[in-house]
Amino acid sequence: MAQRLQKELANFMRDPIPGMSLDRNLVEGNLNVWVINVDGAPNTLYEGEIFKLQFKFPQRYPFDSPSVMFIGNKIPEHPHIYSNGHICLSILTDEWSPALSVQSVCLSIVSMLSSCKAKSRPPDDERYVQTCRDPSDPKKTRWFFHDDSV
Amino acid sequence: MEKRSTKASSNDPKHKHDPDDEDFYLNNDDDEYDDDEDDDNDYDDYMDDTDDLEYTSSNASKYDPTPSVEIFTSQNSTVTPNSSYASTSLKNLSQSTTNQPDLSKSLTKRNIELDEEFKYEVLSPDKIVQYMTECIADVNSVLELTPTITRTLLHHFKWDKEKLMERFYDGDQDRLFREAHIVSPFRPNTYKRTTSSQSTRSSRLKEFCCEICFMQYTEDNMSGLECGHKFCKPCWREYLTTKIMDEGMGQTISCAAHKCDILVDDTSVMTLLQDPIVKIKYQHLITNSFVECNRLMRWCPAPNCSNAIKAQYFDAQPVKCDCGHVFCFSCGELWHDPVKCKWLKKWIKKCDDDSETSNWIAANTKECPKCQVTIEKNGGCNHMICKNQACRSEFCWVCLGPWEPHGSSWYNCNRFNEDDAKKARDAQEKSRHALQRYLHYCNRYMNHHQSLKLEQKLTASIREKMEEMQQHNMSWIEVQFLRKAVEVLCQCRQTLMYTYAFAFYLKRNNHSIIFEDNQADLEIAVEKLSGYLEREITSDNAVETKQKVQDKYRYCEQRRKVLLDHVHEGYDKDYWEYQEDL
Ligand SMILES: [Zn+2]
Ligand SMILES: [Zn+2]
Ligand SMILES: [Zn+2]
Ligand SMILES: [Zn+2]
Ligand SMILES: [Zn+2]
Ligand SMILES: [Zn+2]
Repeated sequence: MAQRLQKELANFMRDPIPGMSLDRNLVEGNLNVWVINVDGAPNTLYEGEIFKLQFKFPQRYPFDSPSVMFIGNKIPEHPHIYSNGHICLSILTDEWSPALSVQSVCLSIVSMLSSCKAKSRPPDDERYVQTCRDPSDPKKTRWFFHDDSV
Repeated sequence: MEKRSTKASSNDPKHKHDPDDEDFYLNNDDDEYDDDEDDDNDYDDYMDDTDDLEYTSSNASKYDPTPSVEIFTSQNSTVTPNSSYASTSLKNLSQSTTNQPDLSKSLTKRNIELDEEFKYEVLSPDKIVQYMTECIADVNSVLELTPTITRTLLHHFKWDKEKLMERFYDGDQDRLFREAHIVSPFRPNTYKRTTSSQSTRSSRLKEFCCEICFMQYTEDNMSGLECGHKFCKPCWREYLTTKIMDEGMGQTISCAAHKCDILVDDTSVMTLLQDPIVKIKYQHLITNSFVECNRLMRWCPAPNCSNAIKAQYFDAQPVKCDCGHVFCFSCGELWHDPVKCKWLKKWIKKCDDDSETSNWIAANTKECPKCQVTIEKNGGCNHMICKNQACRSEFCWVCLGPWEPHGSSWYNCNRFNEDDAKKARDAQEKSRHALQRYLHYCNRYMNHHQSLKLEQKLTASIREKMEEMQQHNMSWIEVQFLRKAVEVLCQCRQTLMYTYAFAFYLKRNNHSIIFEDNQADLEIAVEKLSGYLEREITSDNAVETKQKVQDKYRYCEQRRKVLLDHVHEGYDKDYWEYQEDL
């Protein structure tokens, strides 16, 4: 599936999502891990902040979903983002479809940040961060989604 | 907590005004077969997806605003109960789950009286496939659809063809197909827009881009379902293989497009797949759903048995598989007369439930009010000294207050009657009492459970004795009484075991007292027979031994019958009252 990733990369460069750019230094040589710089969009709670979003692609990508999380010391303060960078987003797990892409995931995350009305951590942040199965891989967590509008 | 799909969140009101969709919003009363409450929204999305097929990523941008909860595995308690009474039963509890298959294996050849009235058939794997095909053909002779659509509809109605027929002819077939997540064969134009827009493009480009691998393919290398989403064949193959092999999905694999819930039919799956191993697994998954959804069928629960039982009507009756395993047709447990499936299920859950361990801890331990170390009280004195060497605080077991104000009343808490202390004490007593009661039934249940597991050992030792007796002038036929005795013994133990599950939920009344007497009688008779078989079979006085053994097992059989008849009579005449809240 290297070909698909190659094409996704080309698409991403050609048709960038506003406020998102590939961290070139980290991509060189390794197509299986991408780091994307995310600029907090103007007129949102995150205006002026800069985050790093990491994509790790499994062997069977896109049949298997990518592992996506925020990394570095700035993690967006958001009710669906844990302080260890894990993101609670259904298309990353249950609703993953091979027809989705890096672009579609990025768009979801942008939209998730933009619609946030008040900065906060998930209510179970402390417990989750201490107990999640693998801090470096949110896919090891069994995620449960429930209806709760931000 | 309900698992949620993103589907509802992207419910775009504009689609409500789409003239083509108008008729989908008529007649939307409640529907019991609707397993997805957001069905109408799903359909909206579904139309949404087909509208802007090329913009899949824009769908994805409707993100799912959902927090998550990490599931925790139950924590092991930090305190091990050291009362031998409790710890034995707790140990037994855990064995009850892990050793269940062993037990069922050993009970495999049990002769349980089967109700002649209850007609059933044992189906081998081949026969299951054959039966499934027949069911589909049968319904199809009326509906005249393709076998695949019929099978998907039957699956949706849990293989109840009457219900399917009823719904099929009640007029709103579009709704029916929508609920079953299949494209109506009678409304081909629903998806026309997608198809036509694609064919316009195709006439220009001659090639399609597969949205999964991003490669160009000619039309005949692309494949898709009625919904119009097309992907290249290698991608479909990979997608289906992942679903079947990694996720164990069969009947419920949906289209590979994001948020498209149209199910992949079996003909498509079988045509797309190439690997025979994947194909076989898929077929197994399909029959599995056929058997599991069918109220009148049940897989034999014996390990390594792949037969199924097919009954004429649904009832809690014992059935015997060709492999010898006897079980309850209604719930799949070992045949459990006299307790009803509902109460047995509750009982088994209770026995498996860790919370009983925590009840014990709640009843027998407290935390040091100062350092929170868990303390277990094992003597009569209320003056507690924390065992934590760094703490050593002194407090009163009863009120948990510091010991000092208690002065010299070493054995009595003089604050005992203060309201708070009293409340705490009452709560504790209550939980202790409930626990003791539970342990009473549980210990007896487990005792028979354990003894049954030793059946094979007993059978072996009895077989030796039978050989021995045959050397002492007894014929093979004459020594069969011993085999019969073991059989009766095990049958009685199995009945007794389940009487404790029954009794646990029973409210005390005149009949429950009679029942308990019967239970006690059978218990005594069984232990006598058991003891005799284990210790006193000798070939010295074979004739006398035979007489004694026969007397004993006949008495057991008789007591068992009395007990069961009384319980059954109680079911008919409503003697039994239950404590629902245990
Ligand atoms: Zn493809
Ligand atoms: Zn589709
Ligand atoms: Zn069997
Ligand atoms: Zn049952
Ligand atoms: Zn202490
Ligand atoms: Zn006290």
